[in-house]
Amino acid sequence: MTWTADNLGLIWEQLREHLYLAIVPVILGLLISVPLGYVATRFSWLANPLIALGGVLYSLPSIALFIVLPAILGTKVLSTVNIIVALTVYTVSLLIRNVIDGLRSVPAEVRQSAVAVGYGPLHRLFAVDLPIAVPVIFAGLRVVTVANISMVSVGAVIGIGGLGELFTQGFQKDFLTPVVVGVVLSVLLALLADLVLVGLQRILTPWARVIAAPPVEVA
Amino acid sequence: MWEYLTDSFNWSGPEGIWARIIEHIWYTFAALGISAAIALPVGLRIGHTRRGAFLAINLGNAARALPSLGLLMLAVLLTDQIGFLPVLIALVALGIPPILASTYAGLSGVDPATIDAARGMGMTGREILTKVEIPIAMPLIISGLRGATLQIVSTATIAALVSLGGLGRYVVDGLKLRDFPQMFTGALLVALLAIGLDVLFAVLGRVVVSNGLKAD
Repeated sequence: MTWTADNLGLIWEQLREHLYLAIVPVILGLLISVPLGYVATRFSWLANPLIALGGVLYSLPSIALFIVLPAILGTKVLSTVNIIVALTVYTVSLLIRNVIDGLRSVPAEVRQSAVAVGYGPLHRLFAVDLPIAVPVIFAGLRVVTVANISMVSVGAVIGIGGLGELFTQGFQKDFLTPVVVGVVLSVLLALLADLVLVGLQRILTPWARVIAAPPVEVA
Repeated sequence: MWEYLTDSFNWSGPEGIWARIIEHIWYTFAALGISAAIALPVGLRIGHTRRGAFLAINLGNAARALPSLGLLMLAVLLTDQIGFLPVLIALVALGIPPILASTYAGLSGVDPATIDAARGMGMTGREILTKVEIPIAMPLIISGLRGATLQIVSTATIAALVSLGGLGRYVVDGLKLRDFPQMFTGALLVALLAIGLDVLFAVLGRVVVSNGLKAD
């Protein structure tokens, strides 16, 4: 416990770095996958190849991506850009499926009504299609946010990993406390981020609160 | 990197690339085998009896939040030894939740009417499990095994930090020596191994899933 008290400043610094490294890719990934998913629903032959490519990219071990990216991007091996790009790749490769599924879940009659009332393609996307797709997109967003938060630590292997650095330090000094503190904070951060997303989803889908929630079914 | 990969000296011997690949595959399947031996029966039991569903769902979700590197260090420090055992414990701990959660999800997704029909035909509980529920749940069971495999392959790589062999050695040793071609080689081979195993499970999924389920 004294270690924790003595190192509060350091822990806080690493917690902030951890959050930054995990959340920026989620935002970037969302900004990339929504237009990409929209294009894939307009040109439907694109959808399956994109989802398959996402599956392959998602299967790449993070440590491999952290190391191979500098060769592709021309960045330094120890640059935070690699971590952010790698996690953005994971975010897009998982989220693309949810965006496509979400946009496809818009009932045809709803879409036709929107067109009939005079919505243009872009206006319809933002005012009708995306709001209806929110639950499906958010399901993916929650998975990928939690996964990113736990994956950032792997960056500590190459020297940038937020709370992950507490793991490598603890291991080198044969000292348990920093490892426990790191694991606990990382899990808490993931739970907190998940709660924020659940809250955000509630705010974005006010209509879902009016209708009584249907019984939960696990697919 | 090509020079490193095309130099036959790097491929042979007990620390050669082939030996490292085989080591990595051995770690992966050992951990996967133990995880499956624990998670499959438990997942089947929970799915069949519908008791303990809360555990199965939440374990799957909570495990995603666990940082694999932290778990690895924790296992090493708590067992107070270095080598395969603490790594195996960490790998199994990471492998169990995806298998358990998706086995449960697969069984709970079976239409109750189908189970009623099976019971109406006079099947016993065991027959319903092995002839109806498991075949229908198979795609999800395979996808759980697939998810666990990817997690294990990737964590076995960073286990080189705690002096395990396998392909992670190239990454960790390369980093220490600032030998980037060696690092890239390790990273590339791990990526290829992960994709290869993923394809293997995709093929397995096609083979073991009953034809009756592939109608559309």
